[in-house]
Amino acid sequence: MGLNPFETVREAVDLSPEVADTVKTTTCYMCACRCGIKVHLKNGKVRYIEGNGDHPVNRGVLCAKGSAGIMNHYSPARLTKPLRRKGPRGSGEFEEIEWGEALDEAVEALGAVRATDPRKLAFFTGRDQSQSLTGWWATQFGTPNFAAHGGFCSVNMAAAGLYTLGGAFWEFGEPDWEHTRYFIMFGVAEDHDSNPIKIGLGTLKTRGDAKFVSVNPVQTGYSAIADEWIGIRPGTDGLFVLALVHELLKAEKFDTAFLARYTNAPWLVIQDPGAADDGLFVRDDDGNPLVFDTTSESVVASSGVGLKPALVGEHILIDGRKAAPVFHLLAHRYLKDEYAPEAVADRCGLDVEQIRRIAAELAEVAFEQEITLDISWTDWNGREHQTMTGRPVSFHGMRGISAHSNGFHTCRAIHLLQILLGSIDVPGGWRYKAPFPKPIPPSPKPETAPPQSGKPLAGPPIGNPTGPEDLVLDPDGSPGRIDKAYSWEHPMSIHGLMHMVIHNAWAEDPYPIDVLLLYMANMSWNSSMNVPDTIKYLTETDDNGAYVIPKIIYSDAYYSEMVPYADLILPDTTYLERWDCISLLDRPISSAHGPADAIRQPVCPPERDVRPFQDVLLDLGARLGLPGMVREDGTPKFPGGYADYMTNHERAPGIGPLAGWRGNGAEHGRGDPNPDQLQAYIDNGCFWQHQLTEEQQYYKPFNKAYLVFAQEMGFIPAAEPMILQIYSEPLQLFRLAARGHGQRKPPEEHRARVDTYFDPLPIWYMPFEEAGVDTNDLPLHALTQRPMHMYHSWGSQNAWLRQITNSNRLFIHPETADDLGIADDEWVWIESHLGRVKGQVKLMRGVNRQTVWTWNAIGKRRGAWGLDNDAPEAAKGFLLNHVISELLPVREGGYRHSNSDPVTGQAAWFDLRVKVYRCSPQEAGATEPMFEPMQERAPFRPADGVVRYGQEFNTS
Amino acid sequence: MTSLPAAPPSKKLGLVVDLDICVGCHACAVNCKEWNTSGHMAPLTDLDAYGADPNGVWFNRIHTFEVTDEATGASQTVHFPRSCLHCDDAPCVTVCPTGASYKRSDDGIVLVNADTCIGCKLCSWACPYGAREYDEHEGVMKKCTLCVDKIYNETLPEESRVPACVSTCPTGARHFGDLADPESDVSKLVATRQGFELMPEQGTKPVNRYLPLRPRQDDRDGTMSTPRTLDHVDDSADGAGLLARWVDRLLSA
Repeated sequence: MGLNPFETVREAVDLSPEVADTVKTTTCYMCACRCGIKVHLKNGKVRYIEGNGDHPVNRGVLCAKGSAGIMNHYSPARLTKPLRRKGPRGSGEFEEIEWGEALDEAVEALGAVRATDPRKLAFFTGRDQSQSLTGWWATQFGTPNFAAHGGFCSVNMAAAGLYTLGGAFWEFGEPDWEHTRYFIMFGVAEDHDSNPIKIGLGTLKTRGDAKFVSVNPVQTGYSAIADEWIGIRPGTDGLFVLALVHELLKAEKFDTAFLARYTNAPWLVIQDPGAADDGLFVRDDDGNPLVFDTTSESVVASSGVGLKPALVGEHILIDGRKAAPVFHLLAHRYLKDEYAPEAVADRCGLDVEQIRRIAAELAEVAFEQEITLDISWTDWNGREHQTMTGRPVSFHGMRGISAHSNGFHTCRAIHLLQILLGSIDVPGGWRYKAPFPKPIPPSPKPETAPPQSGKPLAGPPIGNPTGPEDLVLDPDGSPGRIDKAYSWEHPMSIHGLMHMVIHNAWAEDPYPIDVLLLYMANMSWNSSMNVPDTIKYLTETDDNGAYVIPKIIYSDAYYSEMVPYADLILPDTTYLERWDCISLLDRPISSAHGPADAIRQPVCPPERDVRPFQDVLLDLGARLGLPGMVREDGTPKFPGGYADYMTNHERAPGIGPLAGWRGNGAEHGRGDPNPDQLQAYIDNGCFWQHQLTEEQQYYKPFNKAYLVFAQEMGFIPAAEPMILQIYSEPLQLFRLAARGHGQRKPPEEHRARVDTYFDPLPIWYMPFEEAGVDTNDLPLHALTQRPMHMYHSWGSQNAWLRQITNSNRLFIHPETADDLGIADDEWVWIESHLGRVKGQVKLMRGVNRQTVWTWNAIGKRRGAWGLDNDAPEAAKGFLLNHVISELLPVREGGYRHSNSDPVTGQAAWFDLRVKVYRCSPQEAGATEPMFEPMQERAPFRPADGVVRYGQEFNTS
Repeated sequence: MTSLPAAPPSKKLGLVVDLDICVGCHACAVNCKEWNTSGHMAPLTDLDAYGADPNGVWFNRIHTFEVTDEATGASQTVHFPRSCLHCDDAPCVTVCPTGASYKRSDDGIVLVNADTCIGCKLCSWACPYGAREYDEHEGVMKKCTLCVDKIYNETLPEESRVPACVSTCPTGARHFGDLADPESDVSKLVATRQGFELMPEQGTKPVNRYLPLRPRQDDRDGTMSTPRTLDHVDDSADGAGLLARWVDRLLSA
């Protein structure tokens, strides 16, 4: 310091402190996106987590959740030891037990079920990323009652995509961010597909030559940076899209060549009302679909070379019956005035001019701004193309489409629009991610043979049915599964119906179960519809005082709301303490540029007596003697746990959980197990990626070079083209059954429903809840979404993130609030046909005027997650789950269908209708319903509530 | 009371934040907290972390608000990240009675020397941007260091030597560089996009810049070049005429 006492003091700043003594790569699990991370460790503690710059998913960036991973890893609510319930269910009174006792208890319960009636085990998992293991385990156990959480997540999108394109949004596809010039996002909540979409939107907007349109009732997150926000009324997206289709047809703006070559648009459909094959494709003796070739003027197999198939015009077949091409049928339908913008605009809450203009903009970009890449390629029937032509229009859709009871058809309508524009897997369009595209729909089918005691199922419990013969039914036609998946109620429920399991098990409908095994699913709270009744189902006893659901076994890493409702807790590790594989057999990390998969490796040893659930599952399998999990001498086949399985398990010869570095270490896709495989992954940053050649990059379903590659890799059974299915014959097969044809027919009470909703072309209908309640009494739609910094996040409590959001408001448009006499910040009741919940209002303009919404899964139960009882999450945070019914209002006949899409069983939680009214002054200030506090369990909570994480790393 | 560098720093390191593509995801805020809670000013203390009023030290906070066009009623949601702007005329420095708050002469970064900070909070009163963060537990004022222990850190690979908020930003809305150099990428970006100073009337001469929203291509004013409606080829009821026309043309590929 100089003579001047106020002169700046120079501090000795250490500009190059040692950040870490070790840096390990692994895969994030703070949400579902599977980004690559670099974990900086110092003295065994986590110093810093950053995105891995080499990783194909996030390319070095990391979202708020991933950046807050430290606080989940060191959460106060981590479980420490296996627990056995002592008090009544829900109380949270447990005794700690040793792993040996816990496993014995589980084996005893599971072994008894398997020896008698394996389907009395219901095994359901939440945000699990090891479904290829858990599904295989269920198969070996012999229960059909297995699924993950897809039934309440996005099965409408998955099913619509798989049955139309052989791929789907998000998991199985992505926009061509590099080339797209017009991008529409339908109903994509905050932060879905977190970093890839954010990277993509940033790229697209920074490039400056593209338009981004967001169709969403709420203008937050991604919608906030859209060039155009279309604040549509919930559940009407299908109408909007079909009006766009109407406009494009009227103006002859569709890609005729694409339709004729790569879709079933020219396939002939039998037009013979009342016949057993009405509405099916005209086929030759070998089963090939037929088209009318305008060159030879004859009906020929669609796979012929050099055809010029007709897209319109009815034809008389040799047997004298009429047939028409698919395109003819669709044009006939969507040209009708009922699909005109004038007819739908009011219902959608949009202007006629806006719908017309969007159609015009789509046509302009698709057909006037086409892209040509100088890449030659050969299509499936040998046509050589010197260039790749792109129609640079791309779409992405998510929950706003999916979580409605009309979501399957709405998503099919979006795919129809993409197909008409010729923008499937072309430059600038929507592109598949390997191992997709797959045959439409992909194999396998769900196993239909009845379970047998002590035996594995002959095939997997989850698959894709192609007609009534693939339903999982008891001999009397009643549902064969506890969730009624693959029954006449929801024939194409390809992800199961996790949201119905607890209700049905309680109702013993279709039959009682003995053991409910759950993993990573907060089913007594924010992962269930109708929380108050779900708690009743979990705790109700019979006349003898025994629980109606006899045994509940649960695995979780944290003290969540679900833990107290289980009888036996198998404590899991955090994501930094485990092996995992992000497999091509399940939900890999591929991009449109090529297949990729990844692993998690333990970067810190657990300091608690906990075990990774996958290790435990394999251990239980070995103790139960399940096929594939024991050697011939009865010893465990994978004594090294999940890591051992990841390396050595083969699903088919040469095909294992991980595709990279197989065999001698130089083989990819197929190859023998390689004992050094995991080290090879670690050496490469914990992921494997294969770059497709330029020639294989686009037109993948029809691209010979790609198809040959995909077959070699084991992605598809044969190098055959995947012809896009605008018209879905499996749907028509179900409909014919409803009309009295075929071996298997729905019982009378389901016939009208199946007939109506199994339309082989997309339809729109009013969401069921809206149609079933008095909309004058319940005038508003109610939606939920999680905030960006918590979206898709498991272990939903975090010391840093809760400082950003720890209570939720009900957002209402000021004019709507004004009509209701509600002012900003007031407390209101939100009432549905099921019940009511109380919350505090926040006014915002960026919301559809007939819609209210809130942040989801902020509300916590007192006692859970290591939070104080007066935490805002418990006092003010509210869940709309409390007022969303898992059953629809009673309809004709008294039967209450589940509140789900009639085709896929997708939980329709965005169908919610409510009224909102001010609560009395005495009621203001705290949410209701308020449940009894759970007994606290927070072994790692600092006594003074102060977190000073990182002080030990400060070297300055 | 504490003096700024006698000569203006030759470099002015700072941030450029693109409001047009910020989606308000909080990645920058949380990654900043994660880096810095173990960094130069460690820890970034959190009080009542699991209780009724959780509040901690954050160097970067995101504010989300709506802007409504009075004329049309149209609203726009804006996400606005706020952190220290490393001002040329930093009032938080000149107000400091102990010399703890200072501006580095070589790169312009404003720092606080925790050893000499007496926690009087004058600097937080002086800062018009609310960019100072008081750690009640330690009685010390803390603030954005521009990751001074990361951007020069020779133990890290070259590409990691940028502030945490910049390297983690998923949309690429945050940029880091020398705003004194007109040829730097950040300076050119500011020039191209008409980057602006926050509250210039305060006279603090902030170094950081914000990039404004680009004009939205929503055609609210009908000036876009694309057609506003498609011409219908045929307007016969239910499209009967079109189907007939397509049969005639055979519509084949």
